[in-house]
Amino acid sequence: MLAEIGQFALILALVTALAQAVLPMVGAARGDAALMAFGRTAAQLQALLIGAAFLILMACFARSDFSVALVADHSALSQPFAYKLAATWGNHEGSMVLWVLILALFGAGIAVYGDNLRPSLQARVLSVQAMIGVAFLAFSLFTSNPFARLDIVPPDGTELNPLLQDPGLVFHPPLLYLGYVGFSVAFSFAAAALIEGRVDAAWARWMRPWVLASWICLTCGIALGSFWAYYELGWGGWWFWDPVENASLMPWLLGTALLHSAIVTEKRQALSSWTILLSILAFSLSLIGTFLVRSGILTSVHAFAVDPARGVFILAMIVGATGGALTLFAIRAPAMRSGAMFGGVSREAGLTLNNLFLMAVTAVVFLGTFYPVIMEAVSTDKISVGPPYYNLVFVPLMIPLLLLVSAGPLLDWKRDTLRSVAEKLKWPAVITLALFAGLTLGLGWRNASAAFGFALAAWLVLGAGLILARRWRAGSRDPWRQVRTTPPAVIGMVLAHAGLGVTVAGVTAMSVFATSKILVMQPGETAELGTLKVTLKDIAAANGPNYSAVQAYFSVDDGGSIRALKSERRFYPISRNQTTEAGIGGGVMGNAYVAIGEPQQGPKGQGIVVRIYHHPLVGWIWFGFLMMAVGGSASLSDRRFRVGAPARRALPPLTAPGMVAAE
Amino acid sequence: MKRLLFAVPVAAFIALVTVFGLGLTKDPSKLPSQLIDRPLPVFALPGIAAINPESGGFASTVFRGQPALINVFASWCSACPPEHPMLGRIKAEGVPVYGIAWKDKPADTRDWLAKLGNPYTAIAADESGRTAIDLGVTGAPESFIVDKAGRVRYKVVGAITPEIWDATLKPLIAKLRTEA
Repeated sequence: MLAEIGQFALILALVTALAQAVLPMVGAARGDAALMAFGRTAAQLQALLIGAAFLILMACFARSDFSVALVADHSALSQPFAYKLAATWGNHEGSMVLWVLILALFGAGIAVYGDNLRPSLQARVLSVQAMIGVAFLAFSLFTSNPFARLDIVPPDGTELNPLLQDPGLVFHPPLLYLGYVGFSVAFSFAAAALIEGRVDAAWARWMRPWVLASWICLTCGIALGSFWAYYELGWGGWWFWDPVENASLMPWLLGTALLHSAIVTEKRQALSSWTILLSILAFSLSLIGTFLVRSGILTSVHAFAVDPARGVFILAMIVGATGGALTLFAIRAPAMRSGAMFGGVSREAGLTLNNLFLMAVTAVVFLGTFYPVIMEAVSTDKISVGPPYYNLVFVPLMIPLLLLVSAGPLLDWKRDTLRSVAEKLKWPAVITLALFAGLTLGLGWRNASAAFGFALAAWLVLGAGLILARRWRAGSRDPWRQVRTTPPAVIGMVLAHAGLGVTVAGVTAMSVFATSKILVMQPGETAELGTLKVTLKDIAAANGPNYSAVQAYFSVDDGGSIRALKSERRFYPISRNQTTEAGIGGGVMGNAYVAIGEPQQGPKGQGIVVRIYHHPLVGWIWFGFLMMAVGGSASLSDRRFRVGAPARRALPPLTAPGMVAAE
Repeated sequence: MKRLLFAVPVAAFIALVTVFGLGLTKDPSKLPSQLIDRPLPVFALPGIAAINPESGGFASTVFRGQPALINVFASWCSACPPEHPMLGRIKAEGVPVYGIAWKDKPADTRDWLAKLGNPYTAIAADESGRTAIDLGVTGAPESFIVDKAGRVRYKVVGAITPEIWDATLKPLIAKLRTEA
C-alpha cells in the first residue's frame, strides 16, 4: 500500500508541475497577479509531494519491503541499516527521485525566498523550473518507476553494489545532485530573462547565490568522489579522466566561469549575454552528464542502468531544454543592451579572459569525453582517448589561467594599466621566481616541471595573501579594524584562490613524486619503498555483517614513527563482488598506502600480493577543494547578498544547505 | 553578422545532438565483439630495445600454432599494476602473454617494467596508437585471446581478475588448444 501512495504522490507532483509550467507563464504575459501567485503555491506543493514520495521510498528500503522491485534489487536483509537507507539513491530509479526532489526544493526556495524579485520574473523562473520538473517526473514515472512491484516476493534481496556500501558514497551523489540541479536555477533565470528580454544588476545579484551554493555542493561532491576512488578502488589514483568524472568536472568548470562572469554583470552590467549563455550551458552539461551515465552511450565504471530507451528520453529532454534555450538566446540576446564598456586592461577584461580559458578547458574535456561517440558516429571504430590526451591539452590551458588568478583581483574596474598591476604583483612574482629557481636547482633539471608546479602553487597562495595584505595595510592607523571589517566575500575569494594553490601543489607532488611497488609478501616479511619500511605482520580471516574478508596487518615505519595499518579484501557473497579497503597512513606531507590483492605463489612460497604506494602531499588535493568550498560558503554568507531583501522570519533549511544567506 | 554569432551555439548544439542520436542507435553491449572470430588486424610493431633486444617486437603473424593472450597496457594506466601479478600467473600456466605498450614512451615502459617485473613473453611498442585503433581498444588495460589460427576469440575490457581467468579465460584456452 505504501509504495502505491508513493507512486500516487509522484503522479500528483507531475500534474502540479504541469500546471506550474503553464499558468504562471500565462499570468506573467497577461499581468495577472493571481496566476503568477499560483506558481509560488504550486512550487511548494510540488516539493511536498515529491518529498513524501522520497520518504516513502526510503521507508520501503528501511522495512526491507522486497515486494518493491527496486528494494529487492538493491538491498538485502544482512545489509547494515545505514546502507539500506543509502540504497534509496544508490540506484538509477531512486536517484532520479532524489534528482526531482532537489529540483523541486530549489523551486520551492525560489518561491519562498523570492518575494524581492519582480513578480513577472519570479513567475517565469518558476514556470521554466516546472518545465524541467515535468520532463524529469515523466522520465521517472514512464521509464524508471521506482515503486514497481514484483509478482513473486523474494525472501531476500540482491544487495546494493558493495563498492557503494561506503560512507563516502552515501554523501557523494546527493552533493553532486545539489550541484547539478542547482544550476537549473541559473538556467531558469536565464530562460526567464530571455523571455522578458531584460537583464540587469538585480537579476545577476539574485541568481548569484544560487550559482554559488550549487558550485559549493558540486565542489564538495567532486572532492568526495575523488577521495572515495582513492581509498576504495585500491589503485591509489585520485582522478582517472573517466567519462563520468568528466561529466561532473565540466559543469564545475562552467559553473566557475559563471560565478565570475555574473560578478561582472552584477557590478558593471556588462557581459550579460555571455552570463546567460553560460547559465544555459552549465545546466546543459549537467543534463548531458546524466545522459552519459544512464544511456550507456559510453562505457564507464560508473555506468548504471544502461538502457537505450532511457537514453532517447534524456536526449529528447536535452533537445527541449538546451535546444529551446539556445534558440531563444539566438533570437533575443542580440537585442539586449550590452552594458558598460571597459578597457583592455581592467577587472572586466581579466574576468573575461578567465571565462575564455575556462570555456576552452571545458571544450577540451568535452571533446576528450565524447571522442569515442563522435568517432563511432562517423566510422565503425570504438576508441577513446586516455590520460595522455588530457595531460597534453588540459595542463597547458590551465597554466595561463592559474597565472591569471593572482593578477585578476588586483585589477581595477573599468580601466587599469599593466604597469600598475606589475607594481602590485612585484613581490609575489619575485618570490615565485626565486622559488622556481631554487627548486629547479634543488630537485634537478629532470624535475623542472615539478619545480614549476610548486612555484605556481606558491604564486596562487601569495596572490591570495596579497589581497588581504593590501587591504589590511591600507588602514595602517588601526589595522585590527581593517581585519574585522573585511567582508566575508573577500575572505571567501582569498580562501578559494589559495585553495586552488594548495590543490596545485598536491597534484604536482602526486604526478611527479608518487612511488609504488608491487610484490608477493609473506607474514614477517619487510619491503622497502624509498624511506618507507613496510612489514606484513599477520594475515587473518574476518567476517563483517554481510561480507567475509581477508585482513592483512602491516606496520609501516616512515623513518621516525611506526604506524599500524590494516588492509582488507572483502567478498560479498550475495552479489559475488569483491572490494578492497586500503590501509592508509595519512599525514600532512604524504600518505603511505597499502592494499592487498589475491593470495599467490611467490619466490619464497605462498604469500599475498601487496601493493605499496607513497603518495606525497596527496591530502593537499582534497584540502584545497575543501578550502574552495569553505571560501564559497564565506562568500555566500556575505551581507551583500541580503541587501535589498526585506527582513523575514528564519525558515527551516528546507532548501539547499547554505541558503541561509537569503534570509 | 552579430545575429549569426548568437546562432552559433544552436548550430553547434544541433550537430552534437545528431552525433548523440547516432550513438544511441548502436548497441553498447556490442563493444567487445567488433573483432570476435575475425583475424587479427595486420600489424608489425617494434620492440623496446632496453627490455628484450633479441625479440624486437612482434607482428600479427606470430599468432599461429597455439592460443595466446595479447595484453594492452601502459605505464600511465592506473588499473594496470593491480592486473600485473595475474599476467605473471597466466604465463606461468603456459600461455604466451604478448604485451602491447599503448601510447607510452619506451623509456617509461622500461622503467615501469623494471619496477614491477616483466611478465610478458614479448613486448611491442604502439607509440602512435595506430594498432590499438585497429584492435578497437577503448582503454587500458584490455586483453585479447587469439586462437591457433590467429583469430580473435575473446576480449576482456579492464583488468583480468582471478575470477575472470578461472571462470572464462582458462576454460576457453583449454578448448582452443583442442581445436584443429
